[in-house]
Amino acid sequence: MKKNRLFENIVHGIFLILGLITVGCVLLITVYLIISGIPAIKEIGLFNFLFGKEWASTAAEPKYGILPFILTSVYGTAGAILIGVPIGFFTAVYLSKVANKKVRAVIEAAVNLLAGIPSVVYGLVGMLVLVPAIREIFNVPDGASLLAAIIVLAIMILPNIIKVSITALDAVPKEYEDASLALGATPTETFFKVSVPAAKSGIAAAVVLGVGRAIGEAMAVMMVAGNVANMPSLFESVRFLTTAVASEMAYSSPGSLQRNALFSIALVLFLFIMLINATLNFFLKRDKEK
Amino acid sequence: MKKFISLLTVAMLLVCALTGCGGNKEAVATDGSTSMNKVIGALGEAFEADTGITVTYNATGSGAGIQAVQEGRCDIGLASRNLKDEEKANGLEGTILAYDGIAIIVNPNNPVSDLDVETIAKIYTGEIKNWKEVGGNDAEIVLIGREAGSGTRDGFESITDTEDKCKYRQELTSTGDVITTVASNPAAIGYASLASVKDTVKALTVNGIAPSEATIKDGSYVVQRPFVLVTKKDAKLSESAQKFFDYITSEAANEIISGAGVVPAN
Repeated sequence: MKKNRLFENIVHGIFLILGLITVGCVLLITVYLIISGIPAIKEIGLFNFLFGKEWASTAAEPKYGILPFILTSVYGTAGAILIGVPIGFFTAVYLSKVANKKVRAVIEAAVNLLAGIPSVVYGLVGMLVLVPAIREIFNVPDGASLLAAIIVLAIMILPNIIKVSITALDAVPKEYEDASLALGATPTETFFKVSVPAAKSGIAAAVVLGVGRAIGEAMAVMMVAGNVANMPSLFESVRFLTTAVASEMAYSSPGSLQRNALFSIALVLFLFIMLINATLNFFLKRDKEK
Repeated sequence: MKKFISLLTVAMLLVCALTGCGGNKEAVATDGSTSMNKVIGALGEAFEADTGITVTYNATGSGAGIQAVQEGRCDIGLASRNLKDEEKANGLEGTILAYDGIAIIVNPNNPVSDLDVETIAKIYTGEIKNWKEVGGNDAEIVLIGREAGSGTRDGFESITDTEDKCKYRQELTSTGDVITTVASNPAAIGYASLASVKDTVKALTVNGIAPSEATIKDGSYVVQRPFVLVTKKDAKLSESAQKFFDYITSEAANEIISGAGVVPAN
């Protein structure tokens, strides 16, 4: 009996340690980002850094203003949500409530496949198909633009939105819908007035998850957005927070202000993502309490 | 018994690791141009595989590399430009290792096939905005470049004297991306290391000279710069540094140098 308990304790201890590895990684990254991100902000000045409109890190007189990156990330994500959420939401309602089993199986498989495509492939297809298409359709000199990035991001967040929304919609008790139908509501009325409101926390979580994916994506947008540090405009070449870090990190020399400023950008991005996570937790918690 | 074996393995690994660090006394220290990263990296690796002598490389920039040799902080300085007269007067000596030729590329459907350096500079600084001004179609010129810090960008901008003045439409992070983009946009112009240019794009002739290994080597193709090894004229190199110097300037190293995308000088 005693031996058994000892064994249990050891196993629990091992599990605890394994669990702490994750916590440790998060803490390590957070602390590292803060330590390496603060010096450049101090040197440049928080206001100049966050609200400076010019970024020229390798110029003779370097300028480190990341407002263009912040705005691009915000606009890009907002645009992707604007396009991706309606499509994803209605797809989820259709799959969860209307579609028959066979159709649902096929579409769900496609959605899962879409989720599994590496972002570099999205970028490549965007570069070879989407960018020239935008150039032709809108008659602009070059198609690599904020618009191209928004479209790629919108497609990339679809699977997240669809999958999480379906789970939320599937979890709505059948009795709610049956009651609504029994009272004479049509199926469509039932879906939108009963099922969707009942699942709204889950759907909100899906949207927030989409925001998180969109704002953190680097590879795909690097290949279609053109990467010039302009203030955002739909048909101009733009640079996101993520791509600002990724494109210059390899060449910046360790300890230089440029490298430190890149860490500061990463810190800003990290704060954005923390904020998004906090929002997500808020929605999920509210869901549980109900 | 098992424990003993694993302990022994750990001990042996430790010893290996420690001696690995301890072998530093023979290391060759190089310092300088960030653009020479690839070629020095490749040469250093091959040299280490042959002789077991490590080569360290500190990417600080041509000027800093030259200064490091002057002050004796490294064995060989690396500069991606010729030495200035006052640097030579300070007792430094430059040996050209290779030439970095940069091809100016456009879409194959672009009727323009020759530009001079001044026109290229004007195009990249936004003074010339339309292809018809240089004899092409009526289309806005789309400037494709590389990201800040890239060796090719640094080379291109220093040769055309357009540092920090280029009005890029796209800053891409690899040569492959530049070539793909130029190949897909009829109004685009870009630059890339000559070695990586493919048939999907057209390399322009500059002042009437087509880029090739021969024209780069004899200097007639002007969008190029030398990769220079900087040493002190009067001081002797350490034994291992001399070995490395001889190795990379010998013909045997040419294949590695070409593999790094530049034209060997020797």
